[in-house]
Amino acid sequence: MPIRDDLHSVLVIGSGPIVIGQACEFDYSGTQACRVLRSEGLRVILVNSNPATIMTDPEMADATYVEPIDPDVIESIIAKERPDALLPTLGGQTALNAAIALHESGVLEKYDVELIGADVDAIQRGEDRQKFKEVVESVGGESARSVICHSMDDVLTGAAELGYPLVVRPSFTMGGLGSGLAYDEADLRRIAGDGLHDSITNEVLLEESILGWKEYELELMRDHADNVVVICSIENVDPVGVHTGDSITVAPSLTLTDREYQRMRDIGIAVIREVGVDTGGCNIQYAVDPKTGRIIVIEMNPRVSRSSALASKATGFPIAKIAAKLAIGYSLDEIPNDITEVTPASFEPALDYVAVKIPRFAFEKFPAADPTLTTTMKSVGEVMALGRNFGSALLKAMRSLEQSASEFDFSTRVDLTDPTVRADVTAKLAHPTADRIHTVRLALASGMPIDDVFAASWIDPWYLDQILQLQEVADAVAGADALSRGLLVLAKETGLSDHQIAQLRSMDEQVLRGVRHALGVRPVYKTVDTCAGEFAARTPYHYSTYEDESEVLPREREAVIILGSGPNRIGQGIEFDYSCVHATMALSDAGYETVMVNCNPETVSTDYDTADRLYFEPLTFEDVMEVYAAESAAGPVAGVVCTLGGQTPLGLAADLKAAGVTVLGTQPEAIDLAEDRGEFGQVLATAGLQAPHHGTATTFDEAVVIAERIGYPVLVRPSYVLGGRGMQIVYDAHQLMGYMESATEVSTDRPVLVDRFLEDAIEIDVDALYDGEEVFVGGIMEHIEEAGIHSGDSACVLPPLTLGEAVLERVREGTAAIAEGTGVRGLLNIQFALAADVLYVIEANPRASRTVPFVSKGTGTQLAKAAALLAVGRTIAGLRGSVLPDSGDGSRLSLDHPIAVKEAVLPFRRFRTVDGKSVDSILGPEMRSTGEVMGIDRDFPRAFAKAMLGASTSLPTSGTVFVSVADRDKRALVLPVKLLTDMGFTIVATAGTAAVLSRYGIAAQTIAKHFEASEGEKSVLDRIVERGFDLVVNVPGGRQERADGYEIRAAATVSNVPLLTTVDALSAAVSAIESLQTESMDVRALQEWA
Amino acid sequence: MSLLSPTPAVLVLEDGRAFRGRAYGSTGRTVGEAVFTTGMTGYQETLTDPSFHGQIVVQTAPHIGNTGVNDEDDESGGYWVSGYVVRDPSRRVSNWRATEGLEERLIRHGIVGISGIDTRALTRHLRDRGAMRAGIFSGDDAALGTDAQIEAVRSARPMAGARLVDEVTTGQPYTVEAVGEKRFTVVAYDLGIKSATPEQLAARGIEVRVVPAGTPFAEVSALKPDGVFFSNGPGDPAAADHEVEVIRRVLRAGIPFFGICFGNQLLGRALGFGTYKLTFGHRGANQPVLDVASGAVEITSQNHGFAVEAPIGDPVTAPQEEFGRVEVSHIGLNDRVVEGLRCLDVPAFSVQFHPESAAGPHDSRGLFDRFADMMADRPASTRA
Repeated sequence: MPIRDDLHSVLVIGSGPIVIGQACEFDYSGTQACRVLRSEGLRVILVNSNPATIMTDPEMADATYVEPIDPDVIESIIAKERPDALLPTLGGQTALNAAIALHESGVLEKYDVELIGADVDAIQRGEDRQKFKEVVESVGGESARSVICHSMDDVLTGAAELGYPLVVRPSFTMGGLGSGLAYDEADLRRIAGDGLHDSITNEVLLEESILGWKEYELELMRDHADNVVVICSIENVDPVGVHTGDSITVAPSLTLTDREYQRMRDIGIAVIREVGVDTGGCNIQYAVDPKTGRIIVIEMNPRVSRSSALASKATGFPIAKIAAKLAIGYSLDEIPNDITEVTPASFEPALDYVAVKIPRFAFEKFPAADPTLTTTMKSVGEVMALGRNFGSALLKAMRSLEQSASEFDFSTRVDLTDPTVRADVTAKLAHPTADRIHTVRLALASGMPIDDVFAASWIDPWYLDQILQLQEVADAVAGADALSRGLLVLAKETGLSDHQIAQLRSMDEQVLRGVRHALGVRPVYKTVDTCAGEFAARTPYHYSTYEDESEVLPREREAVIILGSGPNRIGQGIEFDYSCVHATMALSDAGYETVMVNCNPETVSTDYDTADRLYFEPLTFEDVMEVYAAESAAGPVAGVVCTLGGQTPLGLAADLKAAGVTVLGTQPEAIDLAEDRGEFGQVLATAGLQAPHHGTATTFDEAVVIAERIGYPVLVRPSYVLGGRGMQIVYDAHQLMGYMESATEVSTDRPVLVDRFLEDAIEIDVDALYDGEEVFVGGIMEHIEEAGIHSGDSACVLPPLTLGEAVLERVREGTAAIAEGTGVRGLLNIQFALAADVLYVIEANPRASRTVPFVSKGTGTQLAKAAALLAVGRTIAGLRGSVLPDSGDGSRLSLDHPIAVKEAVLPFRRFRTVDGKSVDSILGPEMRSTGEVMGIDRDFPRAFAKAMLGASTSLPTSGTVFVSVADRDKRALVLPVKLLTDMGFTIVATAGTAAVLSRYGIAAQTIAKHFEASEGEKSVLDRIVERGFDLVVNVPGGRQERADGYEIRAAATVSNVPLLTTVDALSAAVSAIESLQTESMDVRALQEWA
Repeated sequence: MSLLSPTPAVLVLEDGRAFRGRAYGSTGRTVGEAVFTTGMTGYQETLTDPSFHGQIVVQTAPHIGNTGVNDEDDESGGYWVSGYVVRDPSRRVSNWRATEGLEERLIRHGIVGISGIDTRALTRHLRDRGAMRAGIFSGDDAALGTDAQIEAVRSARPMAGARLVDEVTTGQPYTVEAVGEKRFTVVAYDLGIKSATPEQLAARGIEVRVVPAGTPFAEVSALKPDGVFFSNGPGDPAAADHEVEVIRRVLRAGIPFFGICFGNQLLGRALGFGTYKLTFGHRGANQPVLDVASGAVEITSQNHGFAVEAPIGDPVTAPQEEFGRVEVSHIGLNDRVVEGLRCLDVPAFSVQFHPESAAGPHDSRGLFDRFADMMADRPASTRA
């Protein structure tokens, strides 16, 4: 059946902010869906609170609501737009849960909105553990033995039945949130207690442990005609016990015979039919006992998932796009395969390569967190690499991670005859962490037999042997008298990087590369074609390998190569992908052939539809240079854009230029001027601008001297960092010593920067364009939290609320002076701080910043597109009237311009310390947020309320507020608390805070801190845990140890009670609560604001 | 054999293109028709599938041998391929059922192979220029001059016109007992039958009397079967006149007939249709086929280099008019090749793909039920 003719408009729900377990893969899937639906002539109405997404670009939908994904808000949108249908399966668990809520509350029925691509009963059969178990058994499959529990009593009884260890899984959560492995009753009470709360149905499942089994996933699709295809099989290298999002995974599965694979496929197909997935994709996870082959079905996701995004990139089969088409009436055989164009989508991709995914973690941001990998997902991003065999794909993926020591160091070995060493290595093999793969190599290199490594790690011996082979080749490279061409070819075929080979040969990497090129050892590029070469591919989606034949076709048009941003991490995420995607759009419109290089499978940039050519490659100098060489051989290349993908490509610019590559836009010299402290100081001095006093230290003594010269508190951090890694505010020499001791990588090459910390300063962020002649200020943002909280974690507002025209003019002048002084060509981001009416320059980033998408959406001007065009020689004057407005800029917005608020989303609930406590959830100079939301409305309180709701901090309009603030903030607290009492809130405070309030005539109940409570008395913590408060305000002091309020914040975080940790945020929240009390949120599409 | 000190090998195509790699399996030389298969699992089944007799099989999946070989997954008593081309052979076996490594098994069966070549380049070459003769020369033979190697390749037997069934068929008839209560007896012509086929029939209460390719119809009819089955097999269907004649007599006798793969081509010929050689054939486990009657798409296992030339669309009268109307029941969705025939006036049908799979998806196993239903529905008047 072709497209349904009774559908005219469809509401699509996005996935909201990037959080662990739900990242930009849903921007990829949602963007595909929106494109498909619009191209089919449907009116698309989109709701997504995440401004950094491509899907929320105004041209992706007919009506784009950057509004909170909240059932009430969506009801308002439905009431206004009256869509015929709602497509909920492409926005992750967030969208699916919202759709279920709308169904259950009768909203969909009330407004006659049909759920398409999903069936509520099917979703429940898929996600409800007990129902799913029944489904599996009804089709002859097996589930792990398990017990469903709705209370702690159930849990304890169940545990007695099943025995320890036990897996605990809450129903209806994403990314395995709240699940874990319990070895004893204490573990069980903690994990199951949280799980009962996290599950929207207060339900958890206890399950027999299948730890150490082989783990697999199948990605399936079904159409309305009941055709089912398996798009991809994925095998986890890390066996059961590690969340699949945190596992190294491989596609296709490599260690199953056909009988076993087909059995898994049969079960999967029977399950998707029995569950009744209406149309679209689903993901089923299996465990296989390595000793007997017994197959257990673990779970299913009846929607497009993170794994489906990976499967799409791994196979070239666009699951989300096809799912959208199926939802509006097509069947699989009616949809052409984009890659071959001649064959239909009703087939199963065949791969003639191996895709390896490795997760990217951010434990360095949460030093207190337990780095053990469990069934709760903790990674913040991932990379994928394609190779013609597992080993080369693994090595490529490892170098794609861009972390120090992410590549194997083949030279290290340990002495396993020493029993202590052996025990230590064995223990590390048994304990899944982000580095376990390195321990595996170390053990194998040191002579541990594969069977022993398997016995400790349960990693399939086949993978272990592959890693051992890598080591053997590395050893041959290291041990050969001379590096013959044959050996070099073998090393490159095996996947070793130039860096690794050079290290093994004690050579300089550049020299090695020169030798390699002289010997003519160059990679070729193969094509991802869905069919293992059976049909010709029309889509140039390439990966490198060292073989005979390259498939890069010649081209006539001039190409621009755009370097992406690599894996998502804290500080560098979807915002940079947004800018890269915009660059491809703008350059394509300008007549260039666009070439994307990136290794992040979650992104829109790595959709083969985005750029004209896609190279799925690591962003290292070696890999980028080879792509450049291949494309230069294919046709004219205008140059490489390094300034839109964040710090990763920026760091390559100088080497690329030195190697003769044309770097477009901002030149490496300008990058140095902005990033090098000394040179930047000169730029500021010339411009008459001021930076906070600072110095550079390589030892503790030097640091103390500097700190005493400029005065405490000081902000200390390593040089050249992204996202504030390793930053801290220290208040005295004692703290400074602690910092210097923990900053392990300090050296003369890597000094520590010591800056005067400006207390009570207003932080200001600017994104601007410069073409060498003229500056265009894209937007000026005022931070809500005071300086000292990382700009990525601070809420900010655009246009600025409280800055006067005089200050704005100084900001404009300062921006222009820095633009001219550094000589950037394209985007420039500057952070200023205003303290005691002095404007300080904190730092300048000569590239697209994290706030570019927010500013672009808040002002309606697409800065990244403009930057890409400036990079190829256009001017700001020339872009006026097209990409840029006819006149004016983003710093001169009229009073009726909507107010946009950006709020950060933080992952504290994901992380626990080794003893099971929540990690501290205060904000600081180190960035910890994973994502952001935007609230947009006609005034600040309304916009802030939306931003908070979008960030899942649902501000209360009545109830009880707990406040506890440090002394220095008590004065500032009085007014907002007074307003809260006026609005009818009950105030509860700790003794000190209550006393201050009482003197101001504000009644507050006093409550004991947890260590003050007497026997039988309820402490703050008890009240928080039993949800006795609707809002918790805990502002830790500057000088005093912040640990004081830690327990309070931890309890609020774990109990998911709205928590504010700054007085500024409280003031903003109070104004928002006031607006919420007087009227309900109204909704407005971006297109209406324009 | 090791990556570091490999035994040289070369694969030479009849058009002169050569790929240098490492010896795999037995060393020596072999010639055959080079074909590629895109299946990602099931190399053991592939190697033991008699339909690959006379062919040098290229595996597009890069890692081969990972799960070793076991005692259960052989599809016949032999390893039939003429040569084997893989990119990355596994030296470590990982599977609970494995009893031996693949390379040891290949050596025992004298299969000459090559590894470490750009199998994708080879595949694309075969795709663009068609399946062609090739030779693998390893060990001392790798050092033969290119001209001598090409000469050897060009002197190999071409696939078009080749009659190969006699080389793979069973020497003696044998019986596969019905599982459970016996419902029917079927005579199965072994033209290169895979063991999964009698297993699937037997699982439906069918006693399978497997007979050699040359068995005359009289012997079949003496067994008073409820149905006759023609299996898959190697070679050109144009060179199987004897089998075609047997099928015609089966149809005339009103005995329900089911054919798979070669059996489909032979039914086509029996009905008077022609057959032709595909450029590079269909080999893999991901081939979408439309069941015209139900509209369902099935993902099928396929292994064929020849196809039936019959009109897609409304039923037509068979060129051999005595058999009445016939329709194309299954269509390959990738290229609209005829993938199945159904007679409307005689109880006969066949499919070009492999419903018994092994290796491959199980989507089409219902066809064995269809055969059983056909036998159950057979009017008593036509029974012998």
